Amino acid sequence: MRRQTPADVRADTAGRRPPGGRRPVRGRRGRITSLPVVIPLLFLLLLVTVCAAVAVGSVGVRPATVLDVVAHRLVGAGPPPAVMDDQIVWNLRLPRVLLAAVVGAGLAVVGVTLQATVRNPLADPYVLGVSAGAGLMAAVAITLGSAAVAGLSTSAAAFVGALAATAAVLGLSRRAGRVVPSRLVLAGVTLSYLFTGATSFVIFRGSNAEAAHSVLFWLLGSLSESSWSNLSLPAAAVLIVGLCLMPRTRTLNALAAGDDAALSLGVPVHRVRVRLLITASLLTGVLVAVSGGIGFVGLVVPHLVRLVVGPDHRRLLPTALLVGATYLVVADALSRVLVRPEELPIGIVTAVLGAPAFLWLLRRSEAS
Amino acid sequence: MRLSLSGVSVRIGSHPVVEGCDLTVGDGERVGLVGPNGSGKTSLLRTVHRALDPFAGRVALRGDDVKALGQREIARRAALVAQDSAPDFDFTVEEVVAMGRGPWLRTFESATGRAAAPIAAALERVRLADHRTRRLSTLSGGERQRALVARALAQESPLLLLDEPTNHLDVYAALELLELVRGLGRATLCVLHDLNLAAAYCDRLYVLHRGRIVADGPPAEVLHPDLVRTVFGVACTQLTHPVTGGPLLAFSPLPGGPLPAPAEGAGR
Repeated sequence: MRRQTPADVRADTAGRRPPGGRRPVRGRRGRITSLPVVIPLLFLLLLVTVCAAVAVGSVGVRPATVLDVVAHRLVGAGPPPAVMDDQIVWNLRLPRVLLAAVVGAGLAVVGVTLQATVRNPLADPYVLGVSAGAGLMAAVAITLGSAAVAGLSTSAAAFVGALAATAAVLGLSRRAGRVVPSRLVLAGVTLSYLFTGATSFVIFRGSNAEAAHSVLFWLLGSLSESSWSNLSLPAAAVLIVGLCLMPRTRTLNALAAGDDAALSLGVPVHRVRVRLLITASLLTGVLVAVSGGIGFVGLVVPHLVRLVVGPDHRRLLPTALLVGATYLVVADALSRVLVRPEELPIGIVTAVLGAPAFLWLLRRSEAS
Repeated sequence: MRLSLSGVSVRIGSHPVVEGCDLTVGDGERVGLVGPNGSGKTSLLRTVHRALDPFAGRVALRGDDVKALGQREIARRAALVAQDSAPDFDFTVEEVVAMGRGPWLRTFESATGRAAAPIAAALERVRLADHRTRRLSTLSGGERQRALVARALAQESPLLLLDEPTNHLDVYAALELLELVRGLGRATLCVLHDLNLAAAYCDRLYVLHRGRIVADGPPAEVLHPDLVRTVFGVACTQLTHPVTGGPLLAFSPLPGGPLPAPAEGAGR
């Protein structure tokens, strides 16, 4: 191999170019970088998906009817729709589809945040034991009745479980007053196993087969309890957290670069990390309380989106939010129609739909 | 004085790693920090951005105790190229360099406005302008390290801290990087393992041994064979570099004699 001569070195003012040619600019392939184009398109896609998802189900409704009902309800436009259509679209399906969108958006946002905060690409909203804690309390509430959880509803019990798990994990992962990411992940995973074991024990000891079935359904995630009244809290939570995170995308980028680098870039890492973890856990708690443990969305949507728009959180966060929402709306629609008139737990659909899509994207990105 | 450490002691847990260190870096001065593995070089460097808080003593940037400065203000006064600090997620060169503007940007300000010029200048300075859109993982070790230096340059802080910047670099890339740093004319504190590189590129050296500074001064004085033997446990002769005229250390084989001969059939 030829070693560079001094003349080469002088000619090398633009990096080590191979002689006689400009090195092609690689690394752009497959990345979409124009946010003003992507966001409106994805938002439009979400709207179309929501409309389509409301139209499908055990009883089909024409998409035009969906729009009529919504238009009439919102602005009083057009003739009053048939009572049946109004009932199905406005009272049954729309709150459920919107809840799917809210939960999907929230899980994706939490996934993005946690993966940067703990610098672990395998982190998901449940890595802190949040869903396992919630699952245990939900299982107790369903199996032993609400008296066993101080009269709380299943959702409220799940939320309390989520908070308790978060507090335990944060407490266990502190060393010298600082939360250490590697300990955080280990403590979260360990406590998850503990809570999952306890949940299985509760189900196993409970003599009621029907209760066991409902616990299982809850654990795998379900949006069947949705209504307008339990949509507002998670929607507000996702909105607030999203708005709080948008100005902090640079901080997330710096955190992804490592603690020492982030400190040297002016980010007070330890304070910021605890705040982000608590925010993410609270949001996860709210989402898990209304939807059970919907897996895969928070883990895979951030990765999927990162493969397309890159890891910069200024693009990643808003894109993941919209993709997560759309993804869960589609998964929920499938969970309602695949085994009509029965309903599949949505967690099954998210995993079965998501895993192959993700593997395909992974292969494609490695090939480029 | 860009940086001054006075009586700094650092403990990790209850284990003392640095004891009573005094160190200064003046305007435009390139200062090297050398010492064996585990002597506390990185720990000392980490006190500047408060990744470690000293157990005793004071760390001051331009005269102000870092404890009294906000994290952003510290970042405006000192930039760091840490060891292995390439992000886990696959950012492009430009995105990495843009991170350097963080301490200066307002909350919603984008890195494409006012910040674009320093980013472009930093990329140009390290000769990576053509590689702007490449992902960091597709670069060579030398290019990656230059990208991280560009991030520190985009930070536009008057003091540059480098923690073993030539680690894993071949000799060309190592010289190229250190020449680049020399060309900046900026106050620099650089941890280096290679004593000859340290001698060639630093105005002044500090030698750290078991957590204490045992010598400081110009390389030719500091890298005395007696000191090298005490601190590193290696015998050497100080020669004069035939080209630069600076000090050059030639190391003797370890006292245990030559390494055992390769087994029969192995090697050439």
